[in-house]
Amino acid sequence: MARYAMIIDLAACVGCSACAAACVLENEAPPGHNRLWIRQRELGTFPDLTVEYRPEQCLHCEHPPCVPVCPTGASHQTEDGLVLVKAERCIACGACIAACPYDARFMNPAGYADKCTFCEHRVARGEDPACVETCPTGCRVFGDLDDPESPLHAWLERAERVDVLRPEMGTRPKLFYLNTPSKTGLHAPEREVES
Amino acid sequence: MKLNRRRFLELSAASVGAIAYTGHARALRAPWAVPKKWHEGEVRTVYSFCENCFWKCGISVKVEGGKVRKIDGQKQNPKSRGRLCPRGQAGVAQLYDPDRLKRPLIRIEGSKRGEGKYREASWEEALDYVAERMLKIKERYGPEAVAWFGHGSGDSWFVEYLPAAWGSPNAAKPAVSICTAPRETASQWTFGRPIGGHEPVDWTESRYIVLIGHHIGEDTHNTQLQDFSEALRRGARLVVVDPRFSTAASKAHRWLPIKPGTDLALLLAWIHVLIKEDLYDREYVKKYTVGFEELAVHSNKHTPEWAEKITEIPAETIRAVAREMAAAKPRAVLPPGRHTVWYGDDTQRMRAVYILNALLGNYGVPGGFYLAKPPYLEKYPHPAFPLEPAAGGCSGSSGGGEEVPEGYKPRADKGKFFAKTTAIQELIEPMLSGEPYPIRGLVCYGTNLFHSIPNVPRTKEALGKLDLYVAIDVLPQEHVMWADVILPECTYLERYDDLVGIAHKTPFIELRQPAVEPLWDTKPGWWIARELGLRLGLEKYFPWKDIEEYLDTRLQAIGSSLEEMKQQGTLVQKGRPYLKDWERRRRNPFKTPSGKIELYSKTFAEHGLDPLPDYTPPMPVPSGFYRLLYGRSPVHSFAKTQNNWILMELDPENEVWIHRAEGKKLGLRHGEYVWLENDAGVREGPVRVRLTERIRKDCVYLVHGFGHKGRGLRIARGRGASDNALQTRYVLDPISGGAALRNNFVKVVPGAKRPKLERIARLVRERRI
Repeated sequence: MARYAMIIDLAACVGCSACAAACVLENEAPPGHNRLWIRQRELGTFPDLTVEYRPEQCLHCEHPPCVPVCPTGASHQTEDGLVLVKAERCIACGACIAACPYDARFMNPAGYADKCTFCEHRVARGEDPACVETCPTGCRVFGDLDDPESPLHAWLERAERVDVLRPEMGTRPKLFYLNTPSKTGLHAPEREVES
Repeated sequence: MKLNRRRFLELSAASVGAIAYTGHARALRAPWAVPKKWHEGEVRTVYSFCENCFWKCGISVKVEGGKVRKIDGQKQNPKSRGRLCPRGQAGVAQLYDPDRLKRPLIRIEGSKRGEGKYREASWEEALDYVAERMLKIKERYGPEAVAWFGHGSGDSWFVEYLPAAWGSPNAAKPAVSICTAPRETASQWTFGRPIGGHEPVDWTESRYIVLIGHHIGEDTHNTQLQDFSEALRRGARLVVVDPRFSTAASKAHRWLPIKPGTDLALLLAWIHVLIKEDLYDREYVKKYTVGFEELAVHSNKHTPEWAEKITEIPAETIRAVAREMAAAKPRAVLPPGRHTVWYGDDTQRMRAVYILNALLGNYGVPGGFYLAKPPYLEKYPHPAFPLEPAAGGCSGSSGGGEEVPEGYKPRADKGKFFAKTTAIQELIEPMLSGEPYPIRGLVCYGTNLFHSIPNVPRTKEALGKLDLYVAIDVLPQEHVMWADVILPECTYLERYDDLVGIAHKTPFIELRQPAVEPLWDTKPGWWIARELGLRLGLEKYFPWKDIEEYLDTRLQAIGSSLEEMKQQGTLVQKGRPYLKDWERRRRNPFKTPSGKIELYSKTFAEHGLDPLPDYTPPMPVPSGFYRLLYGRSPVHSFAKTQNNWILMELDPENEVWIHRAEGKKLGLRHGEYVWLENDAGVREGPVRVRLTERIRKDCVYLVHGFGHKGRGLRIARGRGASDNALQTRYVLDPISGGAALRNNFVKVVPGAKRPKLERIARLVRERRI
């Protein structure tokens, strides 16, 4: 049993989208959808500026709101803490998509709810998820929170700041953002430009 | 996805189980709804190197069911180290692009160039057609009347091998005079060494990095981005000089929003402070350089106060940065950047960059520049070509031999500028004027004539005048559809190319090999070159029958073999990265006239050029206009990836960046569409407005490469605006021959409508593998 988690160091991320492209190919996301996307926020005024590049995907919450709402048990949590969808059990009712506070799921036109799996097929082979493996900045790390040897711990310790998306939802995400450049954390301030 | 019987049965079996599982709910969905993923199949790995930009990363191509499914970085390759940027990942989408050129095309008799009227032809007919007309040109005007343009690592056949065998010195690459010419020329005359394609900056060992107009993070040069990130992780301080708050600036400890075109003044002020405050590396300067005395006198006038008035950067900031870099020396570095053709004084600006680096004592020293060495590799033993290959390259190699052999002409751009590099934009004029001699034919390999060379109207006029225009390409780019004959090349995933040697800390050789067979009736470049060569009477230069024989011969000569390289993709050799490695062998790396780093260039003085860099103001911005700046998207490579559906889903159009206050003044809304019009009246767009705080008020910014007009590019067409279309003016750098492009000014014309275009997701649907 493991407790898989991912870290993205926003001090390093340049928003190049290599992770997103790797994900499309690895997981064959359908046209118009992606399991992984980049949000770009511009904060401050000239010349005192900050830009945050923030890749987003399923956070594999410890308390995933998408799981209890599933009427068929297709949406489930594995022993290793991955939140997954059994496509063949899914009836495409969309309840999980509505329940996810992070908008991390979409309806695959093939008829099932789709989302990031932390590349469980790769993890099972002992490899990193595709997004982690390809990242040129090395801003991502994947591992097992229960494993004291995992690099996750060193990354968390070294970080000046650790954030998760919308902690007030009580979902306990297992995707952590380190060193967000904005003083307001990951929260959206009044004015921001998204692209 | 093709559904064969075996697959159908597999899927049916899977879904029968599923029906038993969930009862009648299954009826909501077709039984084959959950297709098997490619990675569940039998996957074969082929090692090669990427061609979705010029960086040449080693790749592991994953092939399943006869199709390329995914491309990863090759772990043993010093360029990619197992990682890839989005463009490298997305190569698959180019391979299976249904818009690709599929078979040879010949322009219909009587139609005009640019009308796009073609008939299909066999390779035999198309090649015969080209050869016949080329020979006619040669007979009437001489071999130099055929120009050869090339871009990409497959271009060696068409700008080196064939033109040299044919006898034309007029071979050129945009990679020189529209990109690196100034930095390479400056490096040759300062260090006596090239910078080279891989840019030998010792990023990870550096403690203080100053980027000037260097868009790392937006130009996703894989290795560089890896090293840059690692340097920051290790605590390097970063200063970014840019009129725009670039991605790199967002990682910087200091951002200096310099007034565009004044970089040289800032550099001179830094030199001033290092010398006046005695902060430079005395020992290094004494041991390795010449001309310090002259430099010290010259720099008297370049006070930070003088620079403040020009650059709009406070004198105190200038001083502080100079002191900080001095405190970190020799582990402080100002990397050269790549696209360095900006204002016309570019070689001098790059000289100032290198002089600063030399004062910091970092050239050939850890944390500064390492000394890149090309790998050992033998040429194929063909008979000597009548001419030396002349196109040069990113590394600013000589561009032809010293002497022009009897019976041959010198390059048509000779005498227009000091260096020996080739200036592609200067080869357009002879097509129009016939001066100094006529150029009547053009073979264009992968060079986007309408998205790279400035003054597109002139290029179009020149194409109209030619007797023969041949395009060799993968996609029906707009300029391709002007050619008399279009020869469709297969993509880099379907072909062998010549070996590539990378000058590096650890020099290495890379092999490109096909992962799958060519689609449609497309052919590899080497085959096209050879077939053409045979038809042009150049058979003695093609003693090899096929590429395998050619590559194997070259590899055997260095103790390897094609078989070995196919298994490993990359062959790494030993380097000699630092000055101490050279000194141990009593060798001198500085191939300058003096044998030292030349702070003062006697040669420049002898040729009437400034021996020490001095500031000249850029062309002023006319009132009511903005200076047009341009740059890169991490997701795209120049103008070659905008028909790639994966990349276009990530970044579908460019936007014109305008400072929020300026936008307000003009009454612009964020996201609305406008036209851009330059001071010559050329209008381009429509393009979306991005109101932002991230740019100075005196300039606007576009990502380069968008605004395609080629009808056959169904995804790329009509999205965003082309900076190149607005670059009708360039200033020739009199030293390097570079075409300085930041001398174009635009105004924003509101009222454009959002273009009516098919949704990308819809266009993507038919493109899924």
